[in-house]
Amino acid sequence: MSEHSVFDEMLGRDAQIRAPYQNFFDWFDKEDPKRLRAKNREAEELFRLTGITFNVYGRSEAEERLIPFDIIPRIISGSEWAKLSRGIEQRVRAINAFLHDIYHTQEILKAGRIPREMISQNEAFQPKMIGVDVPGGVYTHIVGIDLVCTGPGEFYVLEDNARTPSGVSYMLENRETMLQMFPELFSKNRVQPVQQYPIDLRRSLAACAPSMSQSDPTVAVLTPGIYNSAYFEHAFLADQMGVELVEGHDLRVIDGRVAMRTTHGYKPIDVLYRRVDDDFLDPLNFNPDSQLGVPGIMDVYRAGGITIANAPGTGISDDKAIYSYMPEIVEFYTGERPLLQNVPTWRCSEPESLAYVLDNLEDLVVKEVHGSGGYGMLIGPTATKKDIAAFRKKLKARPKNYIAQPTLSLSTVPIFAKAGLTPRHVDLRPYVLVSPDGIKITPGGLTRVALKKGSLVVNSSQGGGTKDTWVLEE
Amino acid sequence: MLGKTANGLFWMYRYMERAENTARLIETGQRIALTRLNQTDEEWLSVLQSADCLEGFNATHDEISRDLAVDWMLRSKDNSSSVVSSVNAARQNARLVRTAITGEVWEAVNSAYMALKKALSRKVSERDLPSVLRLIRHHAALVRGVTHGTMLRNDIYDFARLGTFLERADNTARILDVKYYVLLPSARSVGTSIDNVQWESILRSVSARGGFRMEYGAGGGPREIADFLILDKRMPRSLAFCVGKLCDNLDYLATEEDAGAASREKVGMLRNGLLSKSIDDILDYGLHEFLQKTLQELSMISRQIEQDFRFYA
Repeated sequence: MSEHSVFDEMLGRDAQIRAPYQNFFDWFDKEDPKRLRAKNREAEELFRLTGITFNVYGRSEAEERLIPFDIIPRIISGSEWAKLSRGIEQRVRAINAFLHDIYHTQEILKAGRIPREMISQNEAFQPKMIGVDVPGGVYTHIVGIDLVCTGPGEFYVLEDNARTPSGVSYMLENRETMLQMFPELFSKNRVQPVQQYPIDLRRSLAACAPSMSQSDPTVAVLTPGIYNSAYFEHAFLADQMGVELVEGHDLRVIDGRVAMRTTHGYKPIDVLYRRVDDDFLDPLNFNPDSQLGVPGIMDVYRAGGITIANAPGTGISDDKAIYSYMPEIVEFYTGERPLLQNVPTWRCSEPESLAYVLDNLEDLVVKEVHGSGGYGMLIGPTATKKDIAAFRKKLKARPKNYIAQPTLSLSTVPIFAKAGLTPRHVDLRPYVLVSPDGIKITPGGLTRVALKKGSLVVNSSQGGGTKDTWVLEE
Repeated sequence: MLGKTANGLFWMYRYMERAENTARLIETGQRIALTRLNQTDEEWLSVLQSADCLEGFNATHDEISRDLAVDWMLRSKDNSSSVVSSVNAARQNARLVRTAITGEVWEAVNSAYMALKKALSRKVSERDLPSVLRLIRHHAALVRGVTHGTMLRNDIYDFARLGTFLERADNTARILDVKYYVLLPSARSVGTSIDNVQWESILRSVSARGGFRMEYGAGGGPREIADFLILDKRMPRSLAFCVGKLCDNLDYLATEEDAGAASREKVGMLRNGLLSKSIDDILDYGLHEFLQKTLQELSMISRQIEQDFRFYA
């Protein structure tokens, strides 16, 4: 891992345009910056019109905001991608095997590869899933693996999203926007398409239908509703797949099936792609106050009457304490060395690690075990003394709640700023579909970019933007 | 289709239609105010009445003036039928049924929302009023156009049409009811030029002036106007036309399970009532009474559609 010099994916370390970017750069160099700036504004107009907006939690005045889009694509060579996708496939396979195991015979615990309390005392472990045989044996139908790059071909997994990874609509709309604005770029570069994702998703979900369902299973997307921050994406995916978008109050359990209220009465659903958290899925089985779920759906699920995607209880593999065991998990279930690297992680639950972390707070990134969205974390190198002192207290009070990692030197990709090209840090979230027919990875994924100079936080809720991500044909 | 989706479609198109109708009413009011010699604001009273928002206006205002009335109908968030409220509600429903409408319809509704949000962010001056009203009509036409040009002719389209024609019939009946007295035979005998202005205003409120002139040339009086707006089957805003469309669309929705049988029966009765009458029968029966009865039946039909197609749980 290179600690000091930052790797730029377009310029490398020696300011020589790297091969995948050559074609693009030649084009860019000849373009009039004025025209590009106009195109940038045009892109924003397009996004506003299609309504690709998200709601920021805790900010009522900015009810609907756009995620800033940058017109400079992030480009990955075909061979680099091929290598990367083998690693992703291996990891996703292991995650599914791990989930099946911990909800059945728990071989990995018996073998002593993971401490028992990591599972039994984990809030994300779902006791109601013990012994449940999920349709097709698939737990994580849709996975997003967050990766960061530190040098040529050097990728690390930052976190796994096996619960309900979001953002795929941006991947699709970013490409759509680029195609509309710069068609000439796509005739000069052979970019692997992403537009097949919604159809793949529908096929993949249908292939996971319970054995009792008909030849053409009914798929639906469950949304918490129009005020949810990701509502646009829920509607977008349902629309692109050509399936119904339902809310809890459209559904009811009838004769052992989950059925939706249509204009011609109730119609059973075979596969429910839910974008509602486990806790709100079923007021009879989980949070009794939930208005978003379907009373009794878990009983139908356990009896094999419906497929819930992703399965309840998959959140445990997103857990950052479990993350630190991922190399062991991959080896245990695949019998192979992990192809994708984990970021070295200190578990603050272990006294020695805690001592090290407390001594080196100013150099480390400390994260909450169950946190997400970039909230509740400390980035040592950029934090003030006061922040560090406050965090030290929190850490000492609940060490089990935290893990720590070294600050990686994240790669940069240029953005198109007022002054021209300027490097900004990026990450990458490829999207993976799992079904009994196999694992499918859409080439590319969502590149998130920190728009502030020097910032490492790419989350859209905290001022990050996105880029189109190209994987070139070999 | 989900019951919720049918409901969202129905109301999305009702609200788009309403926004347009409100704009037309304002246009008419403004025109009369400008072409009249004695300056009173009486006209705005009847415009507010036609738009069915006089009660709310009176609850929040002490006097009626052009500025207050126009602002209430264009921009007020307290008035659920104002153009701003209607377009907001149409877009909110469009978001809800995003999967049922085409991308182009969504974009048309969303761009209507964005353009009107901007145009109506501040009080509209008298000078800017014509262009703002034109903008509203323009966007409503755009939504109607892409709906026509891009949507499949299936149950989704049928519910959209039901919303459109129910709102339109309701609107035409209301406009006529507010102005019914100028069309009565007793008023006819007065025959002053003021009446001509009033008749014109009715025709303008439903965009029927051109059609009427094409049909009747320079002639035609109140009896013909009433006939044109109530019974003419070619005039796209007449009661007979709208009710005929309601019938057609409910027929398309009928299936083996006989969905919507009760709504079809109610609309059928309303249509037969219109078909079997001449304008003189209606005037003899009492124009006001007839329109009130029609408005009641329309609202019953709306409720029956909600029930038949499971709009709510």
